[in-house]
Amino acid sequence: MWNYEKRLQYPVKITQTNPKIAQVIISQFGGPDGELAASMRYLSQRYTMPYNEVTGILTDIGTEELAHMEMICAIIHQLTRDLTPEQIEKSGFDKYYVDHTLALWPQSAGGTPWTATYFQSKGDPITDLHEDMAADGTIL
Amino acid sequence: MSEQKPCRHELMEWINIVSFAVDDVKLFLDTHPCNAEALEYFEEFKKQRVQALKEYAKFYGPLTLDTASLCEDHWTWIHEPWPWQEGGC
Repeated sequence: MWNYEKRLQYPVKITQTNPKIAQVIISQFGGPDGELAASMRYLSQRYTMPYNEVTGILTDIGTEELAHMEMICAIIHQLTRDLTPEQIEKSGFDKYYVDHTLALWPQSAGGTPWTATYFQSKGDPITDLHEDMAADGTIL
Repeated sequence: MSEQKPCRHELMEWINIVSFAVDDVKLFLDTHPCNAEALEYFEEFKKQRVQALKEYAKFYGPLTLDTASLCEDHWTWIHEPWPWQEGGC
């Protein structure tokens, strides 16, 4: 199970909205190398990991990725708070807004919905760990 | 625990610092479960974190279920801003 802690892993305090940048940053939420995919990858792979050390680290990093996802979502939310219709149209945010308004929805910067095909979970420790290295290497 | 009201911002920053230390050494311990230095580091910062979370809950409302106080006559968990909102952590 999980318990929620009512703070961000690192504080996010954005004073200026910027829907243009938000449309790029959203990939880190629901894109192919985003935090949602990272979290689901580790938390899915851990059940068949035969080593306690690795099961532990998959659990704890998968959990930490959820905290990263929350920071990214806070960034996007604060960048798109209280937008005027003019700002929405001028920044190109209208294409997202028509479906989701100012709500958070996991998609890539190009508009592709988040999908489980962004990660693999095969049950072979070497295969899965290689997948993890390839995936997190794109972020690190 | 100090009786004087601590600065909210400074206390929050301290919670973030000690929590990061605990989180990070936890990952190290997952793959080095017998490292004495890391175990000692974990114990020290875990103690500091528990203390700081208790102090924060006392003055500014709970950040965790375990520090949600029973001496209040109402449920304070939903009163303070959420972390992504203005005034949140």
